[in-house]
Amino acid sequence: MTERTTVADSPAGVAEPATAPAEQAKDTRVDARPKNNRAWWLVLPVVVSVAFTAVIPLMTVVNYSVQDVFSPSERIFVGLEWFRDVARDPEVRGAFVRTLLFSAQVLLIEIPLGVAIAVAMPRRGVSVSVALVLVALPLLIPWNVVGTIWQIFARGDIGLGGWAINNVLGVNFNYTLDSTDAWLTVLAMDVWHWTPLVALLAYAGLRSIPQPYFQAAQIDGASGWATFRHIQLPRLRGVLTIAILLRFMDSFMIYTEPFVVTGGGPGNATSFLSILLSKIAVGQFDLGPAGAFSLLYFLFVQVLCYVFFTVLTRSGR
Amino acid sequence: MADIRLEGVGHSYDGGRTWALKPMTWTWQSSRAYALLGPSGCGKTTLLNIISGLITPTVGRIWFGEREVTGVPTAGRNIAQVFQFPVLYEEMSVYDNLAFPLRNRKFPKKEVDQRVRQVSQLLGLDQVLRRRSRRLDPGRQQIVSLGRGLVRPQVAAVLLDEPLTVVDPALKWTLRSKLKEIHRDTGHTLIYVTHDQTEALTFADEVVVLNDGAIVQAGEPAELFLSPSHEFVGHFIGSPGMNMVPAEIAGGVVRVGAAGVGAAPDGLPPGPVRIGVRPEFVRIAGPGASPGAGATVTGIDRMGAYDLVHTRVGEHPVIVKTEAGSACEPDAAVFLHFPADRTFLFRDEVRCGSLAPLNGREPS
Repeated sequence: MTERTTVADSPAGVAEPATAPAEQAKDTRVDARPKNNRAWWLVLPVVVSVAFTAVIPLMTVVNYSVQDVFSPSERIFVGLEWFRDVARDPEVRGAFVRTLLFSAQVLLIEIPLGVAIAVAMPRRGVSVSVALVLVALPLLIPWNVVGTIWQIFARGDIGLGGWAINNVLGVNFNYTLDSTDAWLTVLAMDVWHWTPLVALLAYAGLRSIPQPYFQAAQIDGASGWATFRHIQLPRLRGVLTIAILLRFMDSFMIYTEPFVVTGGGPGNATSFLSILLSKIAVGQFDLGPAGAFSLLYFLFVQVLCYVFFTVLTRSGR
Repeated sequence: MADIRLEGVGHSYDGGRTWALKPMTWTWQSSRAYALLGPSGCGKTTLLNIISGLITPTVGRIWFGEREVTGVPTAGRNIAQVFQFPVLYEEMSVYDNLAFPLRNRKFPKKEVDQRVRQVSQLLGLDQVLRRRSRRLDPGRQQIVSLGRGLVRPQVAAVLLDEPLTVVDPALKWTLRSKLKEIHRDTGHTLIYVTHDQTEALTFADEVVVLNDGAIVQAGEPAELFLSPSHEFVGHFIGSPGMNMVPAEIAGGVVRVGAAGVGAAPDGLPPGPVRIGVRPEFVRIAGPGASPGAGATVTGIDRMGAYDLVHTRVGEHPVIVKTEAGSACEPDAAVFLHFPADRTFLFRDEVRCGSLAPLNGREPS
């Protein structure tokens, strides 16, 4: 201990640098403080709540997915049969392709549109709050209400949107009969509902860019587009990664809004994975296939998110 | 290259209620290296941004030689500006960063390449041209930011806004000498903003001291040190700053309390003044030998190369810089002598004269 005091007391740079670190290392190795591991109990609430909210429900699903349940007392273990069935089911495959296509379109529209809105939003003054409230408004509406709004809005007879398309644009539009119209209605609804999220994230990202970056761009004679391309866009990478992940997950699991608007129809034009799943699980009460379906669904979302995340963060390095 | 002339240029951020930069007329001579020195918030950056055109001044006109540029946007002024933090196009390679200003101005490819290589050689960036700019250390990044300014032909001036803040001390020296070297090689007008006096004094041909939105003094480093024309310059330059002691002129004699420390210069009306003298020039002497003021030693800082003797004249602290190993002890009564040619009188913070020897001769 005395040696260490000498080192500390001697003026900086005078102490022999070769011996000092070694002595310090020796000191830290002998840790005389009393050990107390009772603090681990503080983790218990988290473990319990996660168990009840995530682990136990998930295990229930796993349990269903490997059994054929006839009644609570009659069940047969069937192994991976349900997984095979679900993966080969043309209806599931159709819904899978549909959902993937929907997510792709959602991302392609909402990300650029959101960024564009963010760039166009004011930077200072009262108009900032006004713009923020206006943009955020759709996010505050409950999902099934959004569905109801669009269900009415897009109707040809009493909905303003549907009526305008039919009578002002003169295009025949009926989402209850035409599958393309139904698809477009659901897509437009999602864009309306969720682009604001992307816009807000991008706006926050834009606001965090220090002023000198824009000043430097001015000095370098960069055009507006070049400023966007080389200063704003690169600095939005982080928030856009989050936006893409959130929008992918959400759109891939979309349920409430299309359920309210089209109920998956007409035919199965807007029958996405989640709608099909709930039909199997709740409508037909096929717990086994529904369990297997859920797990595959869950797995796919996980894998795709991982891929997105890896690609987006890798490309930034 | 040409002189940069400010004619009555002033700027207010709040519609004229307060001036961030008071209207001033000033000329930055071509090819000189200036340091713009002042405390935080004194208007240094505003002044710089006015020159580069990032801010249009509230009043006044700006000339680059014979060309008025008051209304000319930044891109049209050919100014290079380096900010406090490295500003890079992070996704681009060093080469593309350097080429960016030229590409924006639609230079032919061959010329872009030629100029980029020229600048990278000047700045010693040849080895890293292909590297992605964000992977460089902050010092190198700052050099790349500087290079983006220098790459354009006929740069009117290079403005540096505290460019070494993010750089660690060891590298600071290297970078500063690099800057000096570049200044020597290119002959660009250089304006270097800093609040660090060492940086300013070692770097510049001329130091411009800015306080409270106005230039208080400009001159060579030695001039600012030896002959400050404003109390602020006295405080701000030198370490420790100039001692300021309230005094009174009565009957042609400058008195601190009751003690006469010297004669007042001719034509200075009687009344209160403040005398300013640098710690380097105050002498601790015996009471009989010279005119001066009695003081009490309050403490001594032994700095190694020299000692700082803290004393108190009446209520007012006076620091004396002496050779190492000063014999003074705390609480000792000493006698301070203020040499006539190094002691100045200030009224309303502005120098109004210097102390004259008492009775026409300086007793020693």
